[in-house]
Amino acid sequence: MALNYHLQIVNLLAALLLLISFAMLSQRRVASLVTLFAWQGAALALSTAIVAWSTGQHHLYYSAALTLGLKVIAMPWYFYRLIRKLNVNRVVEPMINIPTTMLIGIVLVIFAFNLALPISQMSGTVMRSTLGIALACVLLAFLMMITRTKAIPQVIGFLAMENGLFFAATSATYGMPLVVELGVALDVLVGVFVLGIFIFQIRETFDSLDLKHMEKLKEK
Amino acid sequence: MSVLADLDAHILDLAWAGVLYWLVLGFSAPLLQRWRGVLVHLVFPLSALGALFIAAVGVAGLALPPSAMVLPIGLPDLPFHLRLDALSAFFLALLGSAAFGITVYAAGYFRSMQAGPLALVGLWYHLFLAGMATVMLADDAYAFMVAWEVMALSSYFLVTTDHDVPEIRRAGFLYLLIAHVGAVSLLLTFGVLQGGHGAYTFDYMRHSEITPFWASAAYLLALFGFGAKAGLVPLHVWLPEAHPAAPSPVSALMSGVMLKTAVYGLLRVTFDLLDLRIGWWGTLTLALGLVTALYGVIFAAVQSDMKRLLAWSSIENIGILIAAFGLTLIFYTEGKGALAALSLTAMLYHAINHAFFKSLLFIGTGSVLHATGERRMGRLGGLIRFMPWTAWLTLIGALAIAGLPPLNGFVSEWLLLQAFLLTPGLTQPYLNMVIPVAAASVALAAALAAYVMVKYFGVIFLGRPRDPALEHAHEANWPERLGMLWLAAGCVALGLFPAQVIARIAPVVRHLTGQALANDGNWLLLAPLAAERASYAPLIFLAVILVVLLFTFIWVRRVYHGRVRHADPWDCGYPEQNPRTQDSAEGFGQPIRHIFVSFMRVERETPDPFDRHPHYRGDSRDKLWLLLYKPIADLVGWLSAQAGRLQHGRIQWYLTYSFVTLIVLLVFVSR
Repeated sequence: MALNYHLQIVNLLAALLLLISFAMLSQRRVASLVTLFAWQGAALALSTAIVAWSTGQHHLYYSAALTLGLKVIAMPWYFYRLIRKLNVNRVVEPMINIPTTMLIGIVLVIFAFNLALPISQMSGTVMRSTLGIALACVLLAFLMMITRTKAIPQVIGFLAMENGLFFAATSATYGMPLVVELGVALDVLVGVFVLGIFIFQIRETFDSLDLKHMEKLKEK
Repeated sequence: MSVLADLDAHILDLAWAGVLYWLVLGFSAPLLQRWRGVLVHLVFPLSALGALFIAAVGVAGLALPPSAMVLPIGLPDLPFHLRLDALSAFFLALLGSAAFGITVYAAGYFRSMQAGPLALVGLWYHLFLAGMATVMLADDAYAFMVAWEVMALSSYFLVTTDHDVPEIRRAGFLYLLIAHVGAVSLLLTFGVLQGGHGAYTFDYMRHSEITPFWASAAYLLALFGFGAKAGLVPLHVWLPEAHPAAPSPVSALMSGVMLKTAVYGLLRVTFDLLDLRIGWWGTLTLALGLVTALYGVIFAAVQSDMKRLLAWSSIENIGILIAAFGLTLIFYTEGKGALAALSLTAMLYHAINHAFFKSLLFIGTGSVLHATGERRMGRLGGLIRFMPWTAWLTLIGALAIAGLPPLNGFVSEWLLLQAFLLTPGLTQPYLNMVIPVAAASVALAAALAAYVMVKYFGVIFLGRPRDPALEHAHEANWPERLGMLWLAAGCVALGLFPAQVIARIAPVVRHLTGQALANDGNWLLLAPLAAERASYAPLIFLAVILVVLLFTFIWVRRVYHGRVRHADPWDCGYPEQNPRTQDSAEGFGQPIRHIFVSFMRVERETPDPFDRHPHYRGDSRDKLWLLLYKPIADLVGWLSAQAGRLQHGRIQWYLTYSFVTLIVLLVFVSR
């Protein structure tokens, strides 16, 4: 086959990414969720670096470094600290039970692959076949946000969605221009800090991180 | 001479300069907040001069060929187009001349206001004036709608000047709502008129051809949109609420001038932008106008709040204008150019008349309000002794609006009735039968208007004060008097020199209908079609009236009072007259209320017979509010409540909404 070995590694990493997405969907413990998120970031950074090396797109190195720094080191560290401080590392049941969620997830993956098929045929990049996986990651992360009722898993779902989008961008067009990527990275960083502050405030106000309590804010 | 020719070429520049001058004055008002004296004594008088300038430009522009220009403001690729033709010039003249009197008056009226609100009023007042002038100058839909909205919003802020009163906020909201429903309809009108080509200049619309179906759609949308601004039944509900809420000069501007912008827009769209006109439009419009006129005057007759009464009377006058417009359309589509010109002349004449006398009456109520702090007619009375200037000037306005010769109201109503009565056989037989009925309705409306004015003037200014405090009522100050004097002089001049005025507005009529009234060049005699059929000579009328008056006066003084009179001790049952024995506002309107009670929602509080201090309250309201507006409001409320169910307050649900939307969009895209 003309597929050289680094492309196969990228495909492997893409599969890993999808697998981690499913693992996150089924994970009940918040701390383990953060670990999985860090691993997902690592896989993403590695795959980006390999694409950069194999295609000679130098700006992708910076993206990979940014992902590594932010999503594998800085944010997980921040989340661990947050979990320790708030003491919220308990088993939390999601709204829909886990087997059902997984089934919905599989349907979403099939849908995403179906959707990506015509697009990847148009795309001219070496890793166009992974576009379906990237889309599936986005949808799965979204699903995770819907099924979780606590604040921290919601934030992680949001970040995982960003991972999926980043991967989609790399696989479809070799990533966005560096300026855009820097902007997005900064947004994500600021977003996480703001959400962290919110989480503290929610805890202050309701004595719990359960978002159910925010229903009280609804205008009667 | 060359300077004059130069002015002719730059007439549009001058008009635009006048608008800019107002804008500068308006935006300087908030900056001058610290110097209240400057605001009171300089800004408003200067603005009045601007109004006079605009009026002069309008009068000059009537005789000039159309001129157009493109302004470098607006969106990229979408500049403002301005154009001044005879129609614009006529309405500019109307705006300027009425606004001059009102603004001079405002300089006196706003004197007692606090600096902060006064600065804001100064801003909105001038934006309002500039917006109205720009509406009349606009030559593309974009500029027109921007100016239209500026006009609507600035007048909204003027209406809600006293926004700490809940009713005033409510009135302002109603006004804003109907103004925007109308504006949406106008936007759609222009959308239809551009015929799918995306060119929104009026110049393009003039030359584009659209099918009769779409022309009808455009006309109906325009009638709805401009009708909402003008107060056509059933879109009139904001008028009786907003006019009493606004400060008096603002009510005068809104009623006297702003309602005319709707008339202007209707004329512009129908006779200028649309390239065809269909007969049934005229019939429909005539019917709507007549209904509005009668509805307005009947409700005016039963009001007991003086500004509300005038607001209803404005509805009546708008009805007459719209009826005249419908008649013009009928004649035009029937190919009777001379008659179309006659009824259009009557309409334009009535528009400018109404601008003068209604503004005069509104600012007259302002002076009464300032002097007494009272709007309810049941608490007024006998003011002619304490406020002779206001009373006599108001009397001129009241006589004019009642349509009595030799004042201006008579001229336009006479012209309109001539147009009705001189109708020879129209091609459609049913129209021939309907036209006399319509003429009778106009005559009825005019007669009832006179009845309303007798009530208005009599209850407020004649008789005895119904409240002892009224004896301390003070006369209007000098700027107020000057403003009223200008408008009253306008009423008299328009009444005495109709031939000259008609010769001035002939270019407008010729521009729109292709013909104009040929008035034989006789300056004394007004003969719309031919002198042997009908003619009117106001100066002779005036002379006769004066002579009769003189003789009566002498006769009463010398002959009647000269005799010895012996009064009976019981004095015909009137030994003890007090203010309560006078006819009241409610009492005067009672016969009308009895006849038309089915159209009204009457709330009455009748006092107990043994009450020492009896208090009577009667309030007659519009039934349409319950029949038409309430169900719509309820429906909107219900729909909003249903839509409100989407709001669970749970983040998961909101996320699901976006998720489902995303999936649906993805499916849609992948197809």
